[in-house]
Parts: sequence; C-alpha cells; structure tokens
Amino acid sequence: MTLDIAFILSTLPAFLKAVGVTLQVGLIAIATSLLVALVNATLLVLRTPYLWRLVKAYVELARNTPLLIQLFFVYFALPSLGLKISGFSAAVITMTFMGGAYLTEVLRAGIEAVPRAQLESGRSIGLSEGQLLRHVLLPQAGILSLPALFANFIFLLKETTVVSAVAVPEILYTTKNYIALYYKTYEMLTVLTLLCVLLFLPLSLLLRYVERRLQHGQFGI
Amino acid sequence: MASSGFELLLQTLPQLAGGAAQTLAISALGMLFATLGGVLYGVLATLGNRALNIVLQVYLELFRAIPVLVWLYLVFFGLPIFFALSIPSFWCAVLVLALWGASEVGEVVRGALASLPRGQREAGLSIGLAGWQLYGYVLLPQALKRMTPPTINIYTRIIKTSSLAVLIGVVEVIKAGQQIIERTYESVLIYGALFLFFFIVCYPLSAASRVLERRWAHS
Repeated sequence: MTLDIAFILSTLPAFLKAVGVTLQVGLIAIATSLLVALVNATLLVLRTPYLWRLVKAYVELARNTPLLIQLFFVYFALPSLGLKISGFSAAVITMTFMGGAYLTEVLRAGIEAVPRAQLESGRSIGLSEGQLLRHVLLPQAGILSLPALFANFIFLLKETTVVSAVAVPEILYTTKNYIALYYKTYEMLTVLTLLCVLLFLPLSLLLRYVERRLQHGQFGI
Repeated sequence: MASSGFELLLQTLPQLAGGAAQTLAISALGMLFATLGGVLYGVLATLGNRALNIVLQVYLELFRAIPVLVWLYLVFFGLPIFFALSIPSFWCAVLVLALWGASEVGEVVRGALASLPRGQREAGLSIGLAGWQLYGYVLLPQALKRMTPPTINIYTRIIKTSSLAVLIGVVEVIKAGQQIIERTYESVLIYGALFLFFFIVCYPLSAASRVLERRWAHS
C-alpha cells in the first residue's frame, strides 16, 4: 500500500480551509464561553438571589449531557419551534452552551481557591470591596485557574470535531467528504491524523509545561 | 397536545429502551476495560522503567492530542484497510472508549500512586514483598481513595462520549431517537427525552464523585 502523494497535495487547499474553520469555530466558542463563564462565575460568587441557582442548574445540565445531543437539539429540534439556524451557528451556540458551563466551574473553583486570609488581610488594611476584587481576589484567582482554563480551551478546540456531524466543513468533515467522494481512505486518514498531531499536540505539551511552571511558582510562595 | 406527546413517548419507549441498552452496554464495557487498562497503565508507569515510560508517554499524548471522534473514525475506517480487520461498529466504539479511557484513568492511577509517601514502597520491599504483592496489598489500596472520585468523573465522560458511536452507525439511543423522529417529526420531544436520559445517568455519578472527593479530601 503506497500513499498517493499527488492526491494528498491536491486536497491540501481544502484542508487548509478546513483548519481555518476548525480554528474559527474553536476560537469563537472559547471567547463566547469565557464571556458566559465570567458572568456566571460572578453571579455564583456573589450569590445573586435566584440567579445563582439558575446558573448552578445550567452548569449541571450542560456538563452532564453529551455535546452531540446538545448539538442535535439546537440543529434539528429548534427549527421545528421556528428557529432555523445554519450548521455553523448551531456549532458555535452549542459549544458556547457547553464550554460556558465548564469554564464557569473553572473560574468558580479558582476564586474559591484564594485563601480567605487574603480577603481578610485586604479588608484589615482598609481596601474597599472594589479594590479587594481588583487587586487581591481576581489576580490570584486568575493565576490559580490558568492551567485549568487553558486545558479547557484545548478541550473545546478538540471538541470542534464533533460539529462535523452537522456538516460544518472543519477537518473531520472534510476528511469524511473526500473519503466518500474518492475512496482515498488511507491518504485521508493519514492527513487527518497529521493535522490533529500538528494542531493539538504542541498545545497539549505547552499546557503540561505551564502546569509544571505554575506548580514551581506555588511552592515558592 | 401534552397528552399526545406523553402517549407518543410511551409508545416509543420500547424502541428508545433498546437504544439505551446499547448505549449503556458500550459505556459499561468501555468503563470496564478503561479501568483495567488504567490500573495496568498506572502500575507500569510507576515502575521507574525509562523505556516503558517513554512508550506510555507516547500512548498518552496520542490520545490527548487526537480527539476521540477522530480515533473512532481512524479505527472504523482504518482497521479494515491497515489490518484487513473488519469489526462491527459496536466493538469499534468499545475499543476506542476503552483505549482513550485507559489513558485518562491511567494518568489518575499514576498520579495517585506517585502521591503516596516513598516509605510505603520501601517498607513493602524491605519486608520482602513481591512486586504484585507490593501493589496489590500496599500501594493500590492506599491510592484507592485518591483515584476513585476522578475515575468516576471519567466514567461520566465515557458515557457522554459513547454518544459519538451513532456517527459510525451504531444503533444506540440517539439513532433510535432519530428513527422515531423520522416517523413522527416530534424532534423536540425526542431530543428532550434523550437529553433527560443522559442527564439521569450522568448526574448521579458526577454528584457522587463530588461528594466522595469532599469526604476524602482530608484523609
């Protein structure tokens, strides 16, 4: 069995575009998820009446159901309620729904991990609540949740492969398409594997490095 | 309308239950093999053998870098052409969940074993325990509390990820639902039911994991 290199080369422009779509869906979803999570984590930490329970319920629902069901619900069930959306929008909406819940948990855990003594000493030297938040709580919570945030970003980027199920032309959809059209299974699986390794392996290794560095940082405190 | 929706759910329940049984079977087999493989991985990774560690590291990174759905297609399309091996899509799904799950559980077991005081291993060796005795009677039992909560969390991820099997043609709970929708057009009702099904299965597990983690945090 030999690789048909000429065929692979002919598909490269399409795969380049597909990588673009993967990054586009992934990065938009990461940004919107982070936004959702910031609002939710604030509601949770401040215990905003009623709303924090709603946030809790949302987080549990989104974290305990598969992305694929959420995606199919948005893409196939919502249209029958009169909301028709494209595969791309469905992908971004669903990934925000799921990602928002995961990141909410990360931020909440980060904020709760800041030792209470930090807040108390901040108050005792006369910082206002706003200053406390800006100068004491958020910087420390940010550092504490950084590795988990980064891990979840990578997770979301990898999950974009699932949206191939609603015909978003990202890397996996493009692969399946070429296999169906030309039966070049061997070549296309090789390209797909290489793309995943090139896209995700460096990120995953970088995460491991960041985790180790921050661990050293914490021992230093 | 409400009663007709309820009636429809009742009528289609046997078909949905059949699909659900497939989903649960894939998940249960995946969890079983992931646990066995994960414990093996954890033990091998703590033996201190350099060559072995490199092999395990490569295995881990491959399953971290390549998304599970991609693995599913690699196995489903790849086994026939690379190994002239054609296995049913059900077993493709079990195989991928087991291998991926084993890498995840394996890291948890390795971490739990590594967190034990060195003295435990040394004491075991100094009283002349064989390797399997050391792990079976000394190290693994002590690591159990630390590795159980995260492993239960991985179980919920295995259950959720088993839903991807529908994309390689396994007739599990989503496929059963889709077949019903093709007949009845009740997509909101059926997808709502599927939502509920996964939530009912996964939520108790994640809640249990959280409770155990809190309870055992200080022991």
